[in-house]
Amino acid sequence: MLEQIKAIPSKLNSQSSEFSENYSHMKSLVEEWRKKVETAKLGGGEKAIERLRKKNKLSARERVETLIDPQTSFLEFSTLAANGMYGDAAPGAGVVTGIGVVSGYECVIVANDSTVKGGTYFPLSVKKHLRAQEIAMENNLPCIYLVDSGGAFLPMQDEVFPDKDHFGRIFYNQANMSAMGIPQISVVMGSCTAGGAYVPAMSDENVIVKDNGSIFLGGPPLVKAATGEEVDAQSLGGAAVHCDLSGVTDHFAEDDEHALEITRSIVSHLNRKKTTVLHQKEIHPPLYKEDEIYGVIPKDPKTPFDVREVISRLVDNSHFHEFKPRYGNTIVTGFASIYGYPVGIIANNGVLFSESALKAAHFVELCTQRNIPLVFLQNITGFMVGKKYENEGIAKHGAKLVTAVSTTHVPKFTVVIGGSYGAGNYGMCGRAYGARQLWMWPNAKISVMGGEQAANVLLTVKMDQLAREGKSMSLEEQEAFKAPILKKYEQESSAYYSTARLWDDGIIDPKDTRKVLGLGISASLNAEWKRTGFGVFRM
Amino acid sequence: MADVKNFKRIAVCNRGEVAVRIIEACHQLGIEAVLLHSQPDIGTRAYRMADDCVLLTGDSPYLDIKQNAEAAKKAMADAVHPGFGFLSENADFAEAIIGAGLSFIGPMPDSIRNMGDKISAKKLMEEARVPCIPGYKGEDQSLDRLKSEATEIGFPVLIKAAAGGGGRGMKVSRSKADFAEQLDSAKRESLAAFGSDQVFLEKYLENTKHIEFQIFGDQYGNYVHLFERECSVQRRHQKIIEEAPSPSLDEETRKRMAEAALRAAEKVNYVGAGTVEFLLAGQDFYFLEMNTRLQVEHPVTEYITGKDLVQTQIKVAMGSPLPFMQSQIEKKGHSIECRLYAEDPYKKGIPSTGEIFHQKFPKGEGRRFDYAFDPGDSVTSFYDPMIGKLIVHAEDREAACKKMIEVLQETEIFGIQTNIDFLVEIINHPEFFTGVMTTGFIEEYFSNALGEKKWSEEELQVVEHLMIQLANQHTQAKEQPLSAWQDAWRNV
Repeated sequence: MLEQIKAIPSKLNSQSSEFSENYSHMKSLVEEWRKKVETAKLGGGEKAIERLRKKNKLSARERVETLIDPQTSFLEFSTLAANGMYGDAAPGAGVVTGIGVVSGYECVIVANDSTVKGGTYFPLSVKKHLRAQEIAMENNLPCIYLVDSGGAFLPMQDEVFPDKDHFGRIFYNQANMSAMGIPQISVVMGSCTAGGAYVPAMSDENVIVKDNGSIFLGGPPLVKAATGEEVDAQSLGGAAVHCDLSGVTDHFAEDDEHALEITRSIVSHLNRKKTTVLHQKEIHPPLYKEDEIYGVIPKDPKTPFDVREVISRLVDNSHFHEFKPRYGNTIVTGFASIYGYPVGIIANNGVLFSESALKAAHFVELCTQRNIPLVFLQNITGFMVGKKYENEGIAKHGAKLVTAVSTTHVPKFTVVIGGSYGAGNYGMCGRAYGARQLWMWPNAKISVMGGEQAANVLLTVKMDQLAREGKSMSLEEQEAFKAPILKKYEQESSAYYSTARLWDDGIIDPKDTRKVLGLGISASLNAEWKRTGFGVFRM
Repeated sequence: MADVKNFKRIAVCNRGEVAVRIIEACHQLGIEAVLLHSQPDIGTRAYRMADDCVLLTGDSPYLDIKQNAEAAKKAMADAVHPGFGFLSENADFAEAIIGAGLSFIGPMPDSIRNMGDKISAKKLMEEARVPCIPGYKGEDQSLDRLKSEATEIGFPVLIKAAAGGGGRGMKVSRSKADFAEQLDSAKRESLAAFGSDQVFLEKYLENTKHIEFQIFGDQYGNYVHLFERECSVQRRHQKIIEEAPSPSLDEETRKRMAEAALRAAEKVNYVGAGTVEFLLAGQDFYFLEMNTRLQVEHPVTEYITGKDLVQTQIKVAMGSPLPFMQSQIEKKGHSIECRLYAEDPYKKGIPSTGEIFHQKFPKGEGRRFDYAFDPGDSVTSFYDPMIGKLIVHAEDREAACKKMIEVLQETEIFGIQTNIDFLVEIINHPEFFTGVMTTGFIEEYFSNALGEKKWSEEELQVVEHLMIQLANQHTQAKEQPLSAWQDAWRNV
């Protein structure tokens, strides 16, 4: 019996040529990703950063670094948002978001990057800002907005301004978070024009920087056009105006550093306490090296691998108490600890059958009953198809898993470590299923089905149609028919396509997975976990 | 031409900032670095930067030839970089590495051996017409013989350990009267430090400057020099501040010295980076010793010449010819290096240990920081207290001095004491500022390091405030069980 709770015995041979091939393949994928990240982190480029220096401003990332506690981590979200979109004019969608520790408290930080089109909001900037607020809401984390933005990106106003999840939602969220007792703090470090003015105005407590900070509904050009009044930005809405006269801001700062110091002091007085339901144990690293994950994941995504080799490189001491190892074995379920926190892990080890779905649903129930966070390791081509499976009711068994995953109250964390296709994505807690955080590895793929599969489905439909007309297609014609579909799927299923559109919270280095999960679980402990009932399980 | 080997993996047999420097050079060349390290060095920058780490055991793991050679081989390294200090000038180590089928990034064992023994070194140098200090290096070590030789040379006379270095086993006898006493003391120290009490005598030159020439040789008999460094600011024969070029050489002397240095290199078929040290008295110079390795102060040469010495070492060890000819080496501007020691300058420089809980270097153009620890790391008492080097480069010496003062004043290190205040005093000293300082400079003006620190009320308040703030942050982060958050990790 003890066998089950001991460390996972790794069968990995790190001296094999297969390992080293896999390793260097994954390493090259990670390097490619790092390169893209480095470019995105430059924001509007070195010249724009130089302009910041002249104004005695720190860059968005420097502001974050100055704000957070020394020697603590920062978990950044969606660094590659808008990558490859808008003609690459908005690296990172012009905003830096993430969770960091300020004066000992985990906080969500949203920092406009004014080097990117003056920090204006593109459609994806709005989406990224709202996602950060959603994370704050779900995890009950104070929000700190480092504001330096010209408001909506006017050429795209129709995709930024009017709809439910557009610009207005930012302030709606601020009001409601404040009502929920989640502190809203703004630091005005540049312009806050028009809608942007509401970010500080809707905050609980805020800071403004002398000379650089300004807040107004209409800037000097608009005032002149509307009323003929001539006024400069500082006398219209500078730091002195808002601290001495209007009362829009509460603290007057000499420069960026000073403003962030005041902010740290504000946070130190928030009076917050974590109430955790988790029994945290001592932290132990895994027995096996985390970077060996590189060598585990086959170069060819079609080659199967044992997902336990991944689990053993994520969990404390590589200890894994596997649940139902002999039943429904295309899914692996079990209990472990990550950074001392208990977790329930659900990981794909092949295509989903009815038994695998039932086992996973059962396991979600266990974790729900025991208040244990869930970690999903997605590598799923989908559910098994065919007469036998449909007749035994694979649809309703899959539905049970989807019901359990949708309605459980415990925090869920999803990492796409391979493919994420079809209904498998749903059962394994895809984006729509409310994962507190969802991360992709650089090798990950996501689409409704695999490209080859989709092309064959469409080809079959086409051929049936032609057959009815008494026509057929040559092999070459078939290939030509499939080629554009394959290409489209190839492009749209890549992790970069996904992360650009915020279908996830970012791409991570596979060897950082344990760390990312540990931080996510720690953050989730700030909110009360409200128990709700499950929906009806179709039996 | 011999085969050019392509190193894929280099074992770094050293620690601290030089290990960091070598790992960086490896990475720049696309080579993996394996750090062979001791237990106390887990959790240092080099440990984190290396692609792979191998723990060495025993009391003095960095001096254990067998263990290092075996570990390097087992780690599948193609070559070993010994850094400086430790085994870097140990011919037996170089032989063990070569014997294990690996490349040694440094000269041939014979060159190390010839230059390591001071008596044979001096003999070779005399053959190569490199000026040497008059002295006695004979086998007859009897007191009578030594005393009469000393009288012949003329007092003051320096008594040196034949196998020594770093100032140990070195004594000055000022007259016939104190000779026996000084000799005895030198022999005792030498025996304890190097296992041999053989000494030699030489003329003790006063008001001298320490000038050294950086040379480089490859496996095809090419030799170049990369100009000189002046390292006159020394305490107990340990350098504190180095600079390049020297403010004391005229062009004619520089040329003569360069030629002598190249003759020295050629004489021992030198391969790799080496340094020929001279004493300068007026514009006369005398051979002091040759260091058959990378020097601590190599960055100042890198700054004025724009050449990367560590990368060049690796390339030369691979069997490539020197990547530059003499005509391609020019000096530009002036560079100064300050060695940062973890020591209390107000308590006669006693080493200071503990956790560095805050550290910030004022980065900028022409400023370079080679350092061993990150905030959160601990400085232990196991090793040399040098924790890093601050290096500046500017258009001339005066600008470089000013820049160094700025850098020193803006550098923030909390948790341990450092010699920063001491360094500021030295650079501000008129003798240093004008460049006339000699090797006796520290002894003359700073024999007690610094007196008691006089703080102004205002300074005291600021410091107190800062310390309380930092300490609070520190304990806050420590006391709250934030677990996974407690390191400066970033996902992107």
